[in-house]
Amino acid sequence: MASITRRRPGPKQSGFMLALPAILWLTLFFLLPVVIVFVVSFLSRGRGGAGELPFTLANYERVWDVFRPIIIDSVWVAFVTTVICLLVGYPLAFFISTRKDPRMRSFALFMIILPFWTNFLVRTYALQTILGREGIVNTVLLNLQLLSEPAQLLNTPEAVILGLVYGYLPFMVLPIYASVERFDFRFVEAAHDLGANDIRAFLRVVLPLTLPGVIAGFILVFIPTIGAFVTPDLLGGTRGIMIGNLIQQQFRGSGNQPLGSALSVVLMAMVMIALLVYIRFGDKER
Amino acid sequence: MAAIDVELRNVTKEFPARGKDGLVRAVDHVSLQIYEGEFFALLGPSGCGKTTTLRMIAGFEDTSSGEILIRGRAVQNVPPFHRPVNTVFQDYALFPHMTVQKNVMFGLEMEGVPRIEAERRAEEALHLVRLPDIGARKPRQLSGGQQQRVALARALVKQPAVLLLDEPLGALDLKLRQAMQYELKAMQKSLGITFIFVTHDQEEAMTMADRIAVMDQGKVLQVGTPEDIYESPTSKFVADFIGETNFMQAEVAEANGEYAAVKLNETTFIKAVTGGQALTSGQKVTVALRPEKINLFPVKGLVEYEEGSTETAEEYQQSLMRVPNMNLIRGRVRQAVYIGTDTRYVLHIPGDQEVVARVQNFGLRSDTYFEDGQEVNMYWNAENARVLLQ
Repeated sequence: MASITRRRPGPKQSGFMLALPAILWLTLFFLLPVVIVFVVSFLSRGRGGAGELPFTLANYERVWDVFRPIIIDSVWVAFVTTVICLLVGYPLAFFISTRKDPRMRSFALFMIILPFWTNFLVRTYALQTILGREGIVNTVLLNLQLLSEPAQLLNTPEAVILGLVYGYLPFMVLPIYASVERFDFRFVEAAHDLGANDIRAFLRVVLPLTLPGVIAGFILVFIPTIGAFVTPDLLGGTRGIMIGNLIQQQFRGSGNQPLGSALSVVLMAMVMIALLVYIRFGDKER
Repeated sequence: MAAIDVELRNVTKEFPARGKDGLVRAVDHVSLQIYEGEFFALLGPSGCGKTTTLRMIAGFEDTSSGEILIRGRAVQNVPPFHRPVNTVFQDYALFPHMTVQKNVMFGLEMEGVPRIEAERRAEEALHLVRLPDIGARKPRQLSGGQQQRVALARALVKQPAVLLLDEPLGALDLKLRQAMQYELKAMQKSLGITFIFVTHDQEEAMTMADRIAVMDQGKVLQVGTPEDIYESPTSKFVADFIGETNFMQAEVAEANGEYAAVKLNETTFIKAVTGGQALTSGQKVTVALRPEKINLFPVKGLVEYEEGSTETAEEYQQSLMRVPNMNLIRGRVRQAVYIGTDTRYVLHIPGDQEVVARVQNFGLRSDTYFEDGQEVNMYWNAENARVLLQ
């Protein structure tokens, strides 16, 4: 006897339907542009800086030959920024998340997030003023007679690092805060009980168990800072130029879009490596 | 007399009260002496200060006043990592990022024991807790019972003078818990290490401990062997907390030395142990009596002895009344519940009060069974009833 069964859409199918908008969105606005950038990076420079055939590797050669020092500088600046964020952010996050009073914790977190209420550009301009020749830092140091003439604070790599640390510290603090808050301090008691002093308890138990937060913070700071261009532009001048500024220059006016694309691909590759490190070492224990 | 391993002298611990000013006294002038090689229980309801007491011995909490001595040495300013004690934590607190072997070796590494020796000792410790082959696993891959054993191995591998156990079996299911009770006790005897453990489970304390300190509201109410605590409680709280107890309201008629005569009503007198307390006649007191100490026999008819001979109820009553310090009263059955090993009776007794009696079911149920509403004779030896004032 023949029977007709009508098929309902199974869970797999309906799941696909639900994901469809996201898939379309990502394909259209993420995957496609990445492919375009990748393809353009192998084109030659044409009229008005746009790409045209034939395909070439010249852009990558130029990235390697000419811009290598800036790329290395960028990696270095991003790395130093991230390390400073970690050194400042870990104790800060630890302090906040170990406050007993939940209102105190909320308030401290609020203070960490508060700067976001002001536009990043405005805050960077403010730093420019503070660090300038007649800015408050120089004025104070001169008045205290610690300096005889204004110091060159602005337009240095250090100013860029300062600006980046200032801007991205919350991205380090928040994931570490979440990690430490989840951390069960009875493990510290257990370590003490077994003969570990504070330092060893921290290194052997607290740090390994909050490492996912540290790695997440590292990624969240490192990735945006390596591609930063506003901060180096405003605080770094010509001495603090980073890979983001190079890319921006290639796409502005009659730049060199294939070269800019090649630089972008290199940047993406570096970010990719950082993410692979995260996937390999982050969140392993949970 | 064995040497004292841990001594608490007038130890008090006060915490800031939550949400308001002032202090809360968690532990109130506690003095204890715990002997070498002893299995000692701190028993009490939650919030009685038993865990705080243990944590002060471990060094996780400071004392507000008083002194703690471990092997004769005052340890007020000694941090936990320098005290010769180790702890088995309630939820074990095994390091989740380390393998079982690394967990057990952790304490030895901190001592600077060379790696090879540490590995050997860790292996021995895991062998001791009967988990020889799980060194490479992570704690989360173990069952609760296995984690408990690893926690034990991790503490014992340090060969502490005193092992502290905070509700060590609390997270295990009933069967496993009962098995572990006997295992822990056997392990403690063979190792000879002093164990101090905290529990709210009176049966667990009775099963494992050589001596028990019963705590309530920060104070130690009574310290003694399980038998002392069960048979001779000195306060209502202890009598009530350990096992089931009847509290009968009575008035002192005459107090002379070891026993007091108290009356349940104008015509019913019973005797009870005074425990050396000063009593005056007319004083209202409570008499504590365990349900299993009460025996029942019928008012009329035959009483059957275990070996088979019989006697009339009247004859039996006469013979009982010739026994010194035998209490004999009438009661009426309010409720009879058969619960297998014994039958639990709720009885109405003089003074318009109720007591519970548990009668063991020796033979067939019908032999010793009394119906609801039936009048019965009740008797018990006066040494099992205690006059309690507090």
